[in-house]
Amino acid sequence: MTSTTEREVGRARPRKEDAHLITGQTNWTDNIQAGGLLYMAFLRSPLAHARIERIDVAPALQRPGVVAAFTGADLADGLGSMPCVWPVTEDIVMPAHPPVAADEVRYAGDPVAVVVARDRYAAADALEAIEVDYEPLPPVLDLEGALAEDAPLVHADKGTNRCYVWPLRTGEEFDAVRERAEVTLKRRYHQQRLIANAMEPRAVAVTPVAASGEYTLYSSTQVPHIARLLLAGVTGIPENKLRVVAPDVGGGFGSKLQVYGEEAVALDVARRLGRPVKWTESRSEGYLATHQGRGMIQDVEIAATREGRLLGLKVDLLADMGAYLMLITPGTPLLGAFMYPGIYKMDSYEFTCTGVFTTRTPTDAYRGAGRPEATFAIERIMDDLAAELGVDPMELRRRNWIRHEEFPYTTVAGLTYDSGHYEAATDRALALFGYDELRAEQRKRAEGQDAVRLGIGVSTYTEMCGLAPSRVLRDLRYAAGGWEAASIRMLPTGKVEVVTGTSPHGQGHVTSWSQIAADVLGVPFEDVEVVHGDTRAAPQGMDTYGSRSLVVGGSAVHHAAVKVVEKARKVAAHLLEASEQDLDFADGVFSVKGSPEARRTIQEVAFATFTSHDLPEGLEPTINAEHLLDPDTFSYPHGTHLCAVEVDTETGQVRIRSYVCVDDVGRVVNPMIVEGQVHGGLAQGIAQALYEEAVYDDEGNLVSGTMADYLVPSAADLPDFVTDRTQTPATSNPLGVKGVGEAGTIASTPAVVNAVVDALRPLGVGDVRMPCTPERIWQAVREARS
Amino acid sequence: MIPPTFDYVRPASVEEAVRGLAEGGEEAKVLAGGQSLLPLLRLRLAFPELVVDVGRVAELRGVREDGDTLVIGALTTHHDVLRDPLVRRYAGLLAAATATVADPAVRHRGTLGGSLAHADPAGDLPAVALALDAELVAAGPGGRRTVPARDFFVDYLQSALAPDELLVEIRVPKAEGWGFHYEKFHRVAQAWAVVGVAALVRRDDGRVAEARIGLTNMGATPLRAAAAEAALAGAGDGQAVARAAEAAAEGTRPTRDTSASPEYREHLARVLTRRAVLAAAGMG
Repeated sequence: MTSTTEREVGRARPRKEDAHLITGQTNWTDNIQAGGLLYMAFLRSPLAHARIERIDVAPALQRPGVVAAFTGADLADGLGSMPCVWPVTEDIVMPAHPPVAADEVRYAGDPVAVVVARDRYAAADALEAIEVDYEPLPPVLDLEGALAEDAPLVHADKGTNRCYVWPLRTGEEFDAVRERAEVTLKRRYHQQRLIANAMEPRAVAVTPVAASGEYTLYSSTQVPHIARLLLAGVTGIPENKLRVVAPDVGGGFGSKLQVYGEEAVALDVARRLGRPVKWTESRSEGYLATHQGRGMIQDVEIAATREGRLLGLKVDLLADMGAYLMLITPGTPLLGAFMYPGIYKMDSYEFTCTGVFTTRTPTDAYRGAGRPEATFAIERIMDDLAAELGVDPMELRRRNWIRHEEFPYTTVAGLTYDSGHYEAATDRALALFGYDELRAEQRKRAEGQDAVRLGIGVSTYTEMCGLAPSRVLRDLRYAAGGWEAASIRMLPTGKVEVVTGTSPHGQGHVTSWSQIAADVLGVPFEDVEVVHGDTRAAPQGMDTYGSRSLVVGGSAVHHAAVKVVEKARKVAAHLLEASEQDLDFADGVFSVKGSPEARRTIQEVAFATFTSHDLPEGLEPTINAEHLLDPDTFSYPHGTHLCAVEVDTETGQVRIRSYVCVDDVGRVVNPMIVEGQVHGGLAQGIAQALYEEAVYDDEGNLVSGTMADYLVPSAADLPDFVTDRTQTPATSNPLGVKGVGEAGTIASTPAVVNAVVDALRPLGVGDVRMPCTPERIWQAVREARS
Repeated sequence: MIPPTFDYVRPASVEEAVRGLAEGGEEAKVLAGGQSLLPLLRLRLAFPELVVDVGRVAELRGVREDGDTLVIGALTTHHDVLRDPLVRRYAGLLAAATATVADPAVRHRGTLGGSLAHADPAGDLPAVALALDAELVAAGPGGRRTVPARDFFVDYLQSALAPDELLVEIRVPKAEGWGFHYEKFHRVAQAWAVVGVAALVRRDDGRVAEARIGLTNMGATPLRAAAAEAALAGAGDGQAVARAAEAAAEGTRPTRDTSASPEYREHLARVLTRRAVLAAAGMG
């Protein structure tokens, strides 16, 4: 038998996950039922900042169907402070973060009480009976103002709103390169706050077994393993008595890379009452209380020669922490710290991030987490520099990017990019886009004083994926490691169970991991099942975020499968009375070299290890293999995105006319899944550029509190994306993969804003703040003309 | 997203519905397609004690002719309105504007009468009813009365309907031979209009003989751009239309929200009026 079956890796397999999702046979957390189930509802502060003078839940207890009600003070003896696991500096200010506020509320939406009732309607109604007297305190909303001497304090006991200052200096002194630079540009960019808007809102259910003190927590989370560890700490429930299950999870985008107070409260209430409890947030409740993303002022300075050779980059960030430090709030901006130099060579890099407390919803990871902000800053200022120098923006990039023959290349920020081919991706993108033709049309429109201008935006990005080498995390003061676990069980019938520590919530790991395992084991794709998202069934793992799952978790699956084959080879050799070296293994069949009729399938071998009647001396029964993988380094996807927009200078309306992206995410396991990730990522990145913003008023109220005001674009608002790929395999993992979950989001935002500014530059407009709303564009044009 | 408690009745006839409303008094609300009322209930912005669900009142659905008038049942869904041959023939502006309402799911549930009775100035159809010089027929305990559209929209989310009255019909004068266009400016496809302009234009000898302009979201109620209408009479070319459209924001009092300032809305009203009239007049 020859190796003729098509390899699984690289095939656009329809997802195993989809049938149950699209036929509604799903198991969302909100579907969890249990005898005697009670429902929780949270009363939340209507004020951004206030002292709780008095709170009385007794009237709520009089309402029909209400079983219990608790204030923050009531819960304080059962629950500790919510954890932040990334104290980025030694002297970081780490305020207490009670799951339910007891003395002071610090953002509109901060919970102050929880009602527990027999149904969710009774719980919602009873909230209105709770009496709270608030003494308003001044809101803290302006990032620069918050750092002033006399600014009101978010956490009075800390004496400052400055959470931390985190510096990075590499290469030459920036002051020195500024001295010799012929051109320097300084820009200020604003990263608005964003709301992730996962399709499924947050939800949590807890079923206790009072007698044994065991608890199962179901949560719509990206991180069941991290949640188990940290919730054990917050609640005092021993880790081995706490099982966390992430059932079907409908998206996260970072918003569920979190351990939330509501989860801790659910555990504590279930413990106090000995009854199962459940809570599901509404969309507008989530807008207030689910962590938000971005929220940053970026001061960027770039130095270059007249010929357009980059000399150095200086970045000063003010990062909005919001009211409390959640899981990785302080570290999120720093995930971009090493990425501001992007794909470019330069001599000097200075970076400083100052974390600032405000009386707004806490921020934390949102798709890309720090890296979109970095890519935006460098790609925007590259366009501004090109305009300043009078060169084509793509030409300026060519003059400065790392050439393919220079890999591996250690950047000025100290990262070693293992592979990449920026020229190839760019050439392909330019050809697909029709760059020269569009430039010609742009000139024609400008010369004709056309009210609708054409703009072309460029973004040549890279990102740092595959989080993360544990020793790097140590150096960054992150409190845990970045490894991933996989184990594989060959069952007696030859079917295969893959157990992964990743926790998919839309990414299709069941399909991709099946493809990886099927290839190594030589078994049919259909014979592989993937178990995930349950700390009892998949006890070890670091979960899913940061485009890490395939790079780290998928590679762990590969390694575990290789171990299975190694053991199976020993058994097959024994059964075939041959030496291991004399066995071929292809398409799931061990055969003796030179006598192909002497063969055993891997399924036959699996059964033999199950009966264990005749195993080689010293070998244990069955074939289970486990691999825990701590990556050596990061992976670096890259690509070139090109966007053409039509900007109506009369109304300010932007229409994306065409969007081309050529991404290099390394080797592709499932092209259809990659395509889906790119499309969704583009939509979210474009949304930041043009549509979405969490808007607060001067009192600190969230004004964009529903989807009527927080504008999530739909397919009707987006162009047909033209996508293609180059494949430069990563050298850092056996699969050659780089990660794709965030690429589209990271690359597209600057491509779109660059296009908008490019359209308006002839009119004298140099920047438009995100989101580039029609009114902002209209104002910018008006100001430039006056 | 859980509504407060309310009583619920589902009458089978207009008479029964009106009786129900009369019994409910000030605290009763009519539920038609639910696209406006249900969100208000779920956000706890409305607290009716009684919801009168008229969804099963069959006589309120459908479109018929009555001489020079088109009669549209208040419960006719947006989807049915925009596909109706009579509407397309005699009230093309209504069909065109209805096609821009939200998304297909909303258009299959939402009703013409519901969106008019809701009297939201950001809704697309109130301004269209104004431009069409429609009449709205209300049924109450004392019988039926007819209210011209210009008298129907009283204030923000407030119509001329008494608490015990039910909107039953929309009567639209046939406008054959008029050019029409609805110019909607919105930020994403399913979003409300930042500003909308409903234009009906009758041409005579290459000139604008008469124009009727309804404005969406330019004040607490939908408005007619009366000054622009007057200025448009006789306009014979694009430049004349553009000059006349400069008066489109006169007398408006647009609001400020996350999408636009009043000043920007006034600007949009002028630009969109020009575009709508040019399109309606076939001059664009």
